[in-house]
Amino acid sequence: MQEDGSKSRAGSPLWLLAELTYRCPLHCVFCSNPVDYIRHGAELPTAAWLKVLREARELGAVQLGFSGGEPLTREDLETLVGQAHTLGYYTNLITSGVGLDEGRIARLREAGLDHIQLSFQDSTRELNDFLSHTRTFDLKLNLARLIKRHGYPMVLNVVLHRQNLDHIEQILDMAERLGVEYLELANTQYYGWAFLNRHHLLPTREQLRRAEEATRRFRERAGSSVKVYFVVPDYFERRPKPCMNGWGSVFMVVTADGIALPCHQARMLPGFEFPRVAEHDMRWIWYESPAFNRFRGFDWMREPCRTCAERFKDFGGCRCQAFLLTGDPADTDPVCDLSPEHYRVAEAVERAQGHSGGATAERPLTFRDDRNSRELSSR
Amino acid sequence: MAVRLVSADVPVIPARCRLQWEAAQQAYVILYPEGMVKLSASAGEIMKRIDGRASIAEVIRSLEQAFPGADLRADVIEFLNAAYARGWIEVPGR
Repeated sequence: MQEDGSKSRAGSPLWLLAELTYRCPLHCVFCSNPVDYIRHGAELPTAAWLKVLREARELGAVQLGFSGGEPLTREDLETLVGQAHTLGYYTNLITSGVGLDEGRIARLREAGLDHIQLSFQDSTRELNDFLSHTRTFDLKLNLARLIKRHGYPMVLNVVLHRQNLDHIEQILDMAERLGVEYLELANTQYYGWAFLNRHHLLPTREQLRRAEEATRRFRERAGSSVKVYFVVPDYFERRPKPCMNGWGSVFMVVTADGIALPCHQARMLPGFEFPRVAEHDMRWIWYESPAFNRFRGFDWMREPCRTCAERFKDFGGCRCQAFLLTGDPADTDPVCDLSPEHYRVAEAVERAQGHSGGATAERPLTFRDDRNSRELSSR
Repeated sequence: MAVRLVSADVPVIPARCRLQWEAAQQAYVILYPEGMVKLSASAGEIMKRIDGRASIAEVIRSLEQAFPGADLRADVIEFLNAAYARGWIEVPGR
């Protein structure tokens, strides 16, 4: 870990997330993709991805996520997985399952894919299909069984929020019935489309409390047969998450159109020119680019972070959340109750306590799709 | 509730995990879905001997040959129990 903020002290990246595409057959209301994804440029060709994989591996990246959008829409996915496997990555496919069938599951396995993380939106067909705006529930159930049959570790991801938190027990039961080894209960993080739909997604404290309680009971009953990760939504915390373990510390993202980022969300930050993988090699991007050095270390911090003993633990929280809530990415993450802007988070949580959560004319539910993205891009 | 491993047990690294030497970290790491653990030098020496054929007693014997003079038995058993609890190794049949 770099202690003095100088770029020469940066460690090597460990994680590479390849967001292969912004195309997606689903239209989830909590999608973390940029709301203006439609205006971003053409997707990187296969050869460019192969170069990114090679260069990042040379730097030390070893965990590799293929995500998107829906990565299965890329017809060269098997080629990329094969190359990644040969290079020694542990390869994770993060998918909705749409575009997957038994043949492809087997071909990806053969290419060396280590793990498929399958997302569900809910334990019920109705809510799964409503939230994703697709009829995908039965498909997902079937895929979960096929993934297991082909020898992959079975990892289920369910994004939690106001609309499905009350189904937590059924979600846990579904995971157990499917024989999953890992269940990620990821409470919504408010970025991208989720920030847009925050009013409809932010839960009540009571919902959260009941969900945590149900998860605790399940852990007691199921023991170590299912590992459950319950990620508490940071809006309900008093200290920020150590986002990405610090900016430019271990994690890098390459987007569908070939921009390198220190996190999923950073491309919306003002005042940055994020490096393009077509113009620079990954070593320069990681160690030398101004963007990756901008919030490295601790020198960039303001009060209250600058002199706070906890800065070594949480790195000031999330730059993108600071920007979304205060307009300045160099501010302390307002989740922290030491931040003078914390009231912005507290008020959002308070507002979530009473209301019924239904979509109204003033507060529509905005599905992630090309039409909405086009409209949001033009604002 | 914790299972205690015995020296006759034959541990194996489960399919979801992969042990790998990482030059950039100068360490063995265990990779698993969306996660990784960097092993200390001694943990790496133990884990690289887990092949699904050697019993714990044989792992200890191999380590004592590689590092003569050291009494490693207690440390190895303790590490393997911790590794078992974390799911880095399994013992078929248990």
